[in-house]
Amino acid sequence: MRRRLATFLHRHARVRLSLLLSAPLAWLGLAYLGALAALLVTAFWSTDTFTGNLIRTFTWANFEDLVTGEVYRTIALRSLGVAAAVTLIDLVVAFPMAFAMAKLASPRAQRWLVIAVLTPLWASYLVKAYAWRVLLSADGLLGWGYGLGATILTLSYLWLPYMILPIYAGLERLPNSLLDAAGDLGARGWRTFRTVVWPLAFPAVVAGSIFTFSLSLGDYITVKIVGGRSQLIGNVVYDNIGAANNLPFAAAVATVPVLIMLVYLAAVRRTGALENL
Amino acid sequence: MRSIPRMAAAVAALALAAACGSTETAAPAAPAPGVSGFTPPKIDALASLGAGEGQVNLVAWAGYVEDGSTDPKVDWVTEFESSTGCQVNTKTAGTSDEMVNLMKTGEYDAVSASGDASLRLIAAGDVAPVNTSLIPNYADVFPGLKDKPWNSVGGVSYGVPHGRGANLLMWRTDTVNPAPDSWGVVFDPASPYKGKVTAYDSPIYIADAAVYLMSTKPELGIKNPYALDDTQFQAAVDLLKQQRTIIGEYWSDYTKEIQAFKSGDSVVGTTWQVIANLATAEKAPIEVTLPKEGATGWSDTWMVAAAAKHPNCAYRWLDWIISPKANAQVAEWFGEAPSNSKSCAETADPKHCDTFHATDEDYFSKVYYWTTPIPQCLDGRTDVTCKDYAEWTRAWTEIKG
Amino acid sequence: MNLSRTARAVLWGALAAGLAVIYVPLAVVVLNSFNADRTFGWPPPGFTLDWWAAAWRSTGMREALWTSVQAASGATLIALLLGTMAAFAVQRYSFFGRDTVSLLIVLPIALPGIVTGIALSNTFHTVLGIPLGLFTVIVGHATFCVVTVYNNVLARLRRLGVSIEEASADLGADTFTTFRLVTFPMMRSALLAGGLLAFALSFDEIIVTTFTAGAGVRTLPIWIFENLFRPNQAPVVNVVAAALIVLSVIPIWLAQRITGEASRY
Repeated sequence: MRRRLATFLHRHARVRLSLLLSAPLAWLGLAYLGALAALLVTAFWSTDTFTGNLIRTFTWANFEDLVTGEVYRTIALRSLGVAAAVTLIDLVVAFPMAFAMAKLASPRAQRWLVIAVLTPLWASYLVKAYAWRVLLSADGLLGWGYGLGATILTLSYLWLPYMILPIYAGLERLPNSLLDAAGDLGARGWRTFRTVVWPLAFPAVVAGSIFTFSLSLGDYITVKIVGGRSQLIGNVVYDNIGAANNLPFAAAVATVPVLIMLVYLAAVRRTGALENL
Repeated sequence: MRSIPRMAAAVAALALAAACGSTETAAPAAPAPGVSGFTPPKIDALASLGAGEGQVNLVAWAGYVEDGSTDPKVDWVTEFESSTGCQVNTKTAGTSDEMVNLMKTGEYDAVSASGDASLRLIAAGDVAPVNTSLIPNYADVFPGLKDKPWNSVGGVSYGVPHGRGANLLMWRTDTVNPAPDSWGVVFDPASPYKGKVTAYDSPIYIADAAVYLMSTKPELGIKNPYALDDTQFQAAVDLLKQQRTIIGEYWSDYTKEIQAFKSGDSVVGTTWQVIANLATAEKAPIEVTLPKEGATGWSDTWMVAAAAKHPNCAYRWLDWIISPKANAQVAEWFGEAPSNSKSCAETADPKHCDTFHATDEDYFSKVYYWTTPIPQCLDGRTDVTCKDYAEWTRAWTEIKG
Repeated sequence: MNLSRTARAVLWGALAAGLAVIYVPLAVVVLNSFNADRTFGWPPPGFTLDWWAAAWRSTGMREALWTSVQAASGATLIALLLGTMAAFAVQRYSFFGRDTVSLLIVLPIALPGIVTGIALSNTFHTVLGIPLGLFTVIVGHATFCVVTVYNNVLARLRRLGVSIEEASADLGADTFTTFRLVTFPMMRSALLAGGLLAFALSFDEIIVTTFTAGAGVRTLPIWIFENLFRPNQAPVVNVVAAALIVLSVIPIWLAQRITGEASRY
């Protein structure tokens, strides 16, 4: 029986393929995309403000409010700026670190360095954010105070390992001989970096940026802890669903980060970054 | 992080008017038409108490149902379980809306609803009236908490009061001089404490601005800080937008605010009594007051689900949680005034009731309990539409900018 | 590699500085777990072991830890299964829409957690009518964990090629035997690396969890969240974090060892 099944599978590549694909596609294609679609539909509904029950009649009202409200534009742009700043800071900090790890450290040291970078991921996100609150407080070690800058700093810290790891993996795959060859051909350090290392490591960089960008874009907790009086798009979503029980409007607001990420993914898809996460 | 009225609630102005006026006993029995704004679905209360069902599912605020798992010394559930045979399962809700949603699932028997959730639960038919004669300890509840618009509709009681507290003004004594007695200190755009003022991070905070406007701009005619028409609402929002320029940060949890006051990141702003006590215990130089304009506050209610699968255990829980000992324990752990008059003799700290003004009806007469703003104006006006909570939430987003 | 002495020094310096930045706040966490001040006052007015004792006694913390381990294990198992299947399909076959599969798998991690969270909770609640519980948390976590396994396996398959498997088939092994004796052993370290990352992602996830956790389901991050904002409990949270930092070294180190040994493939 088993033998016959094996032979059957061996001969029918299409059957093998559909068996392999069925479960992941059912889960992500049907269940997850379905959930997103259901959320999108909800964005066209409204709620009975008193009883909190959904009113299932089509309306553009949520999107009208979203588009006409100047405050939402400001918040969306601010969130975009924060996500971009976090990504840039993480890139600048992570790249040299990942390069040193991948190309300068001995294999044995590499193993320990990866552990060193991974370890903070296990200390709770909230606890780390609070540690920054303590550091930034007026009488704290740094004493820089709270606000948008503090939010960017804290988010950069929280997501740094997510940038280091893909870049490290990308650089590690890059053969040393390639760099030596560039050197032998007379390219100096900077030129080798610009013409050889960067183009080859770019997909890995983009992969890291997907993490830092999306994690920053969806955050609403860090900004509450160190953000002073500022708010981001995640807070608007959270406040509308948590405080006002207005799922339709929250869903409408949530389409903004979704759109931003979809545009971003479409833009980077060709780089092969999606396989480097 | 509770971004909303974490505990409490209620349709305060009427209660206040009633408490101050001579109509004290008459008011709850005959609420003005606009006050309730709705007729609740007809649901019968439990007629008699039967045998316990062996368990009870509760929806509660963090700290309301403690079984010793947080701290072995903090436990008023184990004794309930052993004496009634009702096993307690708790779902901690973070917000009032979560509570409302959880109660809609029909999986829960009782809920510690804040006033901004209680009316919605009643209106949607999610909770049943409570037969208080089946709850012996109800007799000892402070009269000032019974038959209030946030726990009763048309004279029918929908729950038992759990506790109450006020949102106070706190300041650091070393930097803020002279000692403030008005909310003006947190609303003055030319404040010397610019950048060190703090405010509660929730749409319900708009009511605090409304309370201030009630005395500073009487021409607006605000009677109830939770019933604001377009003009009144705009005035409150404008005041808060102006206030934002002097805000250092908005706070939403104890730890954050205590830490900010200790370090001096915040020097003046709204607080709860329990935060003030903890900050004082940590040797922060702070002082609190109930400002002359009055303040917002909360009063929570334990309610029974209309579709409760374990109603007998739920009733036993309601009786237990307002029994003198358990009520004293929860009030001390959570940091609020108990609802049972006999609880004051049971608190570990003999001064707890004084600290939290438990028996001081005069003090609570200045408190406008949190309640859900609804389109039907809660102050009884029928010629205008008031701003509902969804609009309060949007406005709050706009205020924070 | 022929980098100048200065370049090397700068890179090593950057690495050291980066690690310092990573570890200073962690040191603050560890220090605060002994801080006598309940709200992490700085500098600490004194040191105490009370919080460690309190954390040790806290059954709520232990229950939450166990819930988190269950949730992360469940999510990791599902992610391993789905991620491996998808990676095989994409790497070993060509079919219409192959590129879209990658995009689909990346999507749950690329979209902000709050979107995934409310989309799933809305679906469970209003569309499917499934009561929220540990199961829904696992489903939510598995959704965004698939990608870590998928990418690790995909990279490994790409490096391996198909020649060894073909040799196995030529020698008479059927599809299952080849997988068991040839393919799987070569993928073990990739599965481990992907699985570990999935476990870590799930273990510290709070946003999706907030929206998908049901009655009484309290994962460790949710427990931390609740306790951080309770005045008497905040320092205990630091203890848990400090303990986790220390304990986390064990699984990571083990995985690194196995990965390191397996990398000769």
